[in-house]
Amino acid sequence: MNAQAPFPALQDPRLNRPEPFTPPLGDGGFFQRDRSIHPPAHAPGYKSSVLRSPRQALLSLENSVSEISGPVFGHNDLGPLDNDLIRNYAKDGDPVGERIIVHGRVLDETGRGVPQTLVEFWQANSGGRYRHKKDTYLAPIDPNFGGCGRALTDDTGYYYFRTVKPGPYPWRNYVNSWRPAHIHFSVFGSGFAQRLITQMYFEGDPLIPVCPILTTIPDKDALDRLVAPLDLNASTPFDSLAYRFDIVLRGQRSTFFENRPEGN
Amino acid sequence: MPQQLNYLKETASQTAGPYVHIGLIPAMAGFDIFEKNFSNVLVTPNTQGERIVLEGKVLDGSGTPLRDVLLEIWQANAAGRYNHPADRSAAALEQDFRGWGRGGSDFDSGLVTFETIKPGGIIDRTGRKCAPHINVWIVARGINIGLNTRLYFSDEEAANAVDPVLNLVEPAVRRKTLIATRSERGGKVVYSFTINLQGPEETVFFDV
Ligand SMILES: [Fe+2]
Repeated sequence: MNAQAPFPALQDPRLNRPEPFTPPLGDGGFFQRDRSIHPPAHAPGYKSSVLRSPRQALLSLENSVSEISGPVFGHNDLGPLDNDLIRNYAKDGDPVGERIIVHGRVLDETGRGVPQTLVEFWQANSGGRYRHKKDTYLAPIDPNFGGCGRALTDDTGYYYFRTVKPGPYPWRNYVNSWRPAHIHFSVFGSGFAQRLITQMYFEGDPLIPVCPILTTIPDKDALDRLVAPLDLNASTPFDSLAYRFDIVLRGQRSTFFENRPEGN
Repeated sequence: MPQQLNYLKETASQTAGPYVHIGLIPAMAGFDIFEKNFSNVLVTPNTQGERIVLEGKVLDGSGTPLRDVLLEIWQANAAGRYNHPADRSAAALEQDFRGWGRGGSDFDSGLVTFETIKPGGIIDRTGRKCAPHINVWIVARGINIGLNTRLYFSDEEAANAVDPVLNLVEPAVRRKTLIATRSERGGKVVYSFTINLQGPEETVFFDV
């Protein structure tokens, strides 16, 4: 499925499911972003947002070529171990922790897979410590774990990678604020207006409902969609559990008719 | 009940957090892991166009530079063509100029820099002329959803005056928040910018 696979490729069990809606492939503007499902810029419970949130109204732009185009990536941009966090920084053995596979599809709002798009991910090690010079948490660095990777989706939008499950960690917000275990994701899509950074959480984590960052999301369903379920069917027996995480980017309008400029 | 549209919903954004460098610029986090890395240098020796340095800071509501911010830029080449199939203009494409780069701010000064070329003006698909500009996307700890803005060029006054996006900005006094200022330093052309997240000089951000 993917030439860079250092471990057995997975089959996405949902590849045969009916697509919800497939209008002709568009290259018009993207669907207007529904900001009611995103965290507001100013979310006082997440204290860092207070001084870092714009206060003026955003200026809405009809998408021009500047927004519907975006960088194109290919397999040449990646190395063979980029989607294997168990091996891509290993020095003298495997990293400590629960071995997991994370897999899913990058879709757009019409349900169509987003092919050949770059997905990047980073995370703490199994003790909740980041390999970052600014992270001073007392949990130890794992000499065999870097904590980042990337993958290119295939023709159906499918991606997967292997890693160890990250640990929760404390952070300065309230005195006793802890992040639920999470993996950060960066996704491109086909146009720069689809650019998205988010975080994936793990089903059943008791820290999820009390996380000041996660609860910036005002919509319960939108929050639930960031929680990856355990996917035993994709697990590798006696090796790794699997979690499934689908990511939805904005859909794109079809250019049935070109808009004429205002005033013409 | 009417028929159901059954659109999916976009995945909610979450902050990039303070350790965004691990995933996107690992060298800044303090380690080397990938064979190939993305960077803030967009040019190769073959790139056409005027070499420029883009240099700026992102300031929070207290005027303090963000020292953990990450910027990505997306731009056309010197002929005004984006390296993407959605750009159907007749301007010449340069295969080896991707037109995209990412840079993190310096952990002490907060300065972000890019080495690129000045893009050409763009004819959009409705035939309108757009002033040369660079699209900017900003993420950091405390920023819950990536911020979109643009940089225009101070020496393009005539083109800026008729640019369809700049002309949407009201009150007009806010347009200057999108203009990078040209200067020369050590034989290099430098465009300087300041992005203010809040305050009387708050930068114009777009809902694209
Ligand atoms: Fe994190």
